[in-house]
Amino acid sequence: MTVILEARNLNKRFGGNEAVKEVSFTVNAGECVVLAGDNGAGKSTVIKMISGVYDPTGGEVAFQGKRLTGQTPNAIRAAGIETIYQDLALADNLDAGLNLYLGRESTKRILGIPFIARREMRETAKDVLKGLGIVIPDPSSPVRDLSGGQRQAIAIARAIHWKAKLVIMDEPTAALGVPEQREVMALIERLKSQGVGIILISHNLPDIFAAGDRIIVLARGVVAGERRPTETNDEEVVRMMMGAML
Amino acid sequence: MKPLLSAWSWIFLIAILVFFEIYARIETGQTFLFRVYNIQSIAIAASQILLLALGLTLVIVAGHIDLSIGFTTGLAAVVMALVIRAMGPDTGWIVVVLAMLVGIFAAVIVGLLNGWLVAILNVPSFIGTLGTYGIARGGALIVAGGATVSIRSEEARTFGNGDLLGFPIPVVVAGVLAILCHYLLAHTKFGVHTYALGANRASVERAGVNVKKHLIWLFVISAVTAGIGGLIYTGRFSAGAANAGEPILLYAVAAVFIGGASLTGGQGTVTGTVIGAFIIAVIQFGLVFSGLPPYWQFVAVGLVIIVAVLVDQSRDKLTGTQS
Repeated sequence: MTVILEARNLNKRFGGNEAVKEVSFTVNAGECVVLAGDNGAGKSTVIKMISGVYDPTGGEVAFQGKRLTGQTPNAIRAAGIETIYQDLALADNLDAGLNLYLGRESTKRILGIPFIARREMRETAKDVLKGLGIVIPDPSSPVRDLSGGQRQAIAIARAIHWKAKLVIMDEPTAALGVPEQREVMALIERLKSQGVGIILISHNLPDIFAAGDRIIVLARGVVAGERRPTETNDEEVVRMMMGAML
Repeated sequence: MKPLLSAWSWIFLIAILVFFEIYARIETGQTFLFRVYNIQSIAIAASQILLLALGLTLVIVAGHIDLSIGFTTGLAAVVMALVIRAMGPDTGWIVVVLAMLVGIFAAVIVGLLNGWLVAILNVPSFIGTLGTYGIARGGALIVAGGATVSIRSEEARTFGNGDLLGFPIPVVVAGVLAILCHYLLAHTKFGVHTYALGANRASVERAGVNVKKHLIWLFVISAVTAGIGGLIYTGRFSAGAANAGEPILLYAVAAVFIGGASLTGGQGTVTGTVIGAFIIAVIQFGLVFSGLPPYWQFVAVGLVIIVAVLVDQSRDKLTGTQS
């Protein structure tokens, strides 16, 4: 197992409030690390320090051996870390192809004039989604017409297509029905099998145990414990999530 | 859902043309549509609306509005006239072209101001451009000394009234700009980002697009097409007037919405706006042609706007989406 991401002693202070204190962990290629914790435990602050949205007050993040801290979110994404936010950040009025390529659209030239290559992007999206086991009935329809699971798949397809080495997923099943939650769990397994590292943020216990190879529990900004799913149970994880407050 | 709406606009346009044709045959025994003069008049009226509506379409697709265009047109018209007048009575093409460039420059300043307010200071575009509507109006009246600036320039007159390959120059200018705007909105990355911006700002931001710069460009494009409308006004009437665009502003906004755009952004097309402008122009000219008092055109256009919005809403109900 090769370590692809290492967070070392991350600290983040907002005014007098220490949101994250001395958080360290690693993610291996093909591994899904769950950041578990109650609301306000510091999960989102930690991932924002990885994706470049926040600069840590102390500590640093290294990705594939290189220091990432201090770079812009765009540079970090270009380096191979894709963040999938809870709201997915899709443009609902565009089709799957344009969403897959948003910000990196491909063009073709007709008489020397560049035109965006809608059809080609749509075909690629169809193929990438097929690789994820998702078939969209009409690839030219805007993504607002798709199911929650299909929309999640487009966000994940974006990470795969642009060859992300690490995917950060923020509560990916929060807004989904049960069958769609299963679809997303299956997508996570596929990503892992392709050697992609995953940081999954969740406070949903079934998801945590289903997808996680390692569970890192945060409570009040510190790491309250780290377990493998096989070495622990629901009760202990919940106790750790609440632990620092008792 | 998109085809349904543009089909609606086409059907509506054809329906009113048929209506006026039948009316003209019965009332006067003459044809309405198959007369070069009528077609030209409708095309010129549509071009005037279009020059304000083209850039506006892009702004509205991005989920914003630009109310300042009415007086950006006036400002560009007045500035062009003033430059021609200052250069003396015998103007050549060089002076006229220079005057046009200065007029466009004045329009660009209004566009940059709008972009700065909306993109950098986060002022809602309705409020921000209502402010610049006043600034452009006052600015045009101040530089014009409160009066219409008449000019005597054969070249400017040709620009506003001449023909190019058999088509009136204003129609050619509007046509070329319509093609450019259509290309920009439907076939470029800029256009894709404009649609995405109208649907979900976060989607484009997280995709690494510089949203602020994008918004500033949209308002500059809107100001430039409106400014070109002002140049044509000065050419057509051999005079620049601060209120040159005022009567057209609402028609331009109406053309964009009749053409299928939504106030919440994310939808609309240049083709739709072109049809919208023609619908309004046919109503305008048709009512005058029918001998009704010209004031009826305001009522008719108002009704068409309401019908267009109702169709838009029922379409949302049909497809189960909310706007």
